[in-house]
Amino acid sequence: MSANIQDYAIVGDGRSAALIARSGSLDWLCWPQFDSPSLFAALLDDERGGRFSLSPAEPFRSERAYLNETNVLRTRFFSAGGELSVTDFMPVQEGFAPRLQPAHELLRIARCEAGEVTLKVVFDPRPDYARRRPQIRSLGKLGLRVEVRRGEILTLVTDAPLGTEGRLEVRMRAGEQLQFSLGYAGDAPAVLPPPTAERAAEALGDTVRLWRAWAARTVYDGPARDMVVRSALLLKLLQFSPSGAIVAAPTTSLPERPGGDLNWDYRFCWLRDAALTARALFGLGHREEAESFMSWLLLATNLSLPRLHVLYDLYGRSPAPETELPHLAGYRGARPVRIGNAAKDQVQLDTYGEVIAAVAEFVRSGGELDRPMANMLLGFGREVVRDFDEPDEGIWEVRGVGSHFTHSRVLCWAALQNLCELHEAGHLPGMPTGEFARARDRIREQVESQGWSEQLQSYTQTLAGSEVDASLLLLPWYGYCPADAPRMRATWRRIEERLEVRPALLRRYRGVLTRGEGAFGICSFWAVEYLALGGGTAEEAEARLHKLLGYANDVGLYGEEIDPETGGALGNFPQAYTHIGLISAALSLRDRLAGKKRLAGRGDAEARR
Amino acid sequence: MNWPSALLGGFVGTLLLTTLEAGAQQLHLTRMSLPYLLGTAFTARRDRAKVIGFFAHLINGQLFALLYVVVFRAIGHGGALSGAVLGLIHAAVMLLVVVPLLPSIHPRMASAHQGPTSLRQIEPPGPLALHYGLSTPVAVVVAHVIFGAVVGAFV
Repeated sequence: MSANIQDYAIVGDGRSAALIARSGSLDWLCWPQFDSPSLFAALLDDERGGRFSLSPAEPFRSERAYLNETNVLRTRFFSAGGELSVTDFMPVQEGFAPRLQPAHELLRIARCEAGEVTLKVVFDPRPDYARRRPQIRSLGKLGLRVEVRRGEILTLVTDAPLGTEGRLEVRMRAGEQLQFSLGYAGDAPAVLPPPTAERAAEALGDTVRLWRAWAARTVYDGPARDMVVRSALLLKLLQFSPSGAIVAAPTTSLPERPGGDLNWDYRFCWLRDAALTARALFGLGHREEAESFMSWLLLATNLSLPRLHVLYDLYGRSPAPETELPHLAGYRGARPVRIGNAAKDQVQLDTYGEVIAAVAEFVRSGGELDRPMANMLLGFGREVVRDFDEPDEGIWEVRGVGSHFTHSRVLCWAALQNLCELHEAGHLPGMPTGEFARARDRIREQVESQGWSEQLQSYTQTLAGSEVDASLLLLPWYGYCPADAPRMRATWRRIEERLEVRPALLRRYRGVLTRGEGAFGICSFWAVEYLALGGGTAEEAEARLHKLLGYANDVGLYGEEIDPETGGALGNFPQAYTHIGLISAALSLRDRLAGKKRLAGRGDAEARR
Repeated sequence: MNWPSALLGGFVGTLLLTTLEAGAQQLHLTRMSLPYLLGTAFTARRDRAKVIGFFAHLINGQLFALLYVVVFRAIGHGGALSGAVLGLIHAAVMLLVVVPLLPSIHPRMASAHQGPTSLRQIEPPGPLALHYGLSTPVAVVVAHVIFGAVVGAFV
């Protein structure tokens, strides 16, 4: 049976990522990039998905942790006979290496730390989402090679006596070490690093130095610093370095409800996450990454003008159509396994608000708006003015049902409000101010009259609706109203009453489609942020934050959802959005604790009313 | 025989050959990359290697074009067909003689006999360069036949 979702940890190099279970089994890896077909997919089919496992042959218990402030994972296995450690990472280094390095590599170092342990190795690659079961060929001292696709190969260079059967049990004594360098070559002859302890130590040293140097640039002195830095390291890992895009998660089809059919491919970049991501990265002082993400955002949106798509691939193109992989059993039987994402064709009006808010954040942080960018923003503004009254699929991408979501309306308001502010600051000459301001005011009128329910004493999920929605907690964040406005406080009480399933854990909304799903990580962090922004006391926000931190797995990672019964992770893993929520909430709480009434990068919400 | 034409033919032929090989790589027919292999003889920097290798490859093309002219003189005529035949022979020599020697010549290529070392890490091409993909020999032959035909046509 596949491991629990929360039993996975991630390693990566900013182009691709691998998921490794607490048992030492590498169960998910896509090369050369996040959205490439998988090479190992035991995560989605325990029997035939393929894995690369290193563990003791004897019964064991394991512990693991990332080496301090790095994305280097070390798992320690304790068996009756001794202790084995496995260090996993994708080598990265600053600048240029004095020696050739593989284009893509995952290095696994197995070391017997004490006593004697039998190391069990299973090397069973199944390229192309396990549609192929290739032959492993030996190249003698050059290791093993596997044809992935025409012209592309996977190589394994090791000093262990592993043959083409891909299975090995080898006795190790204290102090002995074996190296396994898994590599991939697609566009040039492969580079085969020597499987020596010296080379492994050098690659490990370079990688640790790079991650620590990057983590040290994180400017944050607020609560939960360790988890904020871990979240930042994860975002850096999920940022596709060639383009700056940040993938929502490195996996596909991990179910949002156990055994269920809410299984989606998250290896894409959602515009929705834009504003929150930009703020999280700017807020932590990672300006380079934030600017790189902004460049991707502007390029991607530029390619699809005048409409905005909901999600884009790593290079800002429209993702491939959604298809199912019926040959895969799915994570613990949760079918179907899907690749591609049909949400790309949806209409989600809130994306305009998100993109414009992200650009506004960029400008407030000192970024420059050039003429084409300004024209593009004005184009988005015109789209909003034209379409804000139309139904859409909303933030939760409810398939097939167009509704008038209050959150979407408020984001349309935020889009126009941000444009008006940019115009006032002299960044958008030629803006039809009157037209935009009139539409903005009409939206507010609509939200206040139809998006508020006297009976429920709350803003509602849809105009004239009767349900609440956790996304309404974002209203103060976008400057629509102060967090302590009476209507907002009343909405918070209703959300707490109806959507809180366990202390600090919120569902996104109540509905037929959400039956059986867990609490949403991001919604739970929105509550912290709402309280920190003035909806509650700093102590309330901090207490809630600390409860939520308890739901991270042992290496500080969150999935999309948290199972309220078991506390386990649900959905694709690890999930950037949840970690962005954590960082954003922590930043707001830090500001609150520091007594800053006006949060960095935001206008005075009260003044906008 | 016209030497400047031969040099021009060599230049155009080498550009075509390089383009064909790059195309074959991008179509995942082969991982063979002559600029990369030539460039890594000079530097370990992957990006710089491709640039250095590209220019080294161009110079090689000129030298081979001159060699072709010498052969055309010896047999008394040039032309696309003679060039193509010469290209075929050229490809055969490359695949059967030069490629197997590469691990012994190239300073950064690993050898199947010794395994990779910290200095020698590039995957060796194997017999007929088949390690770089099953279509590699075909790509090499087609590219060299076209190179020969272009040089022959210019002369």
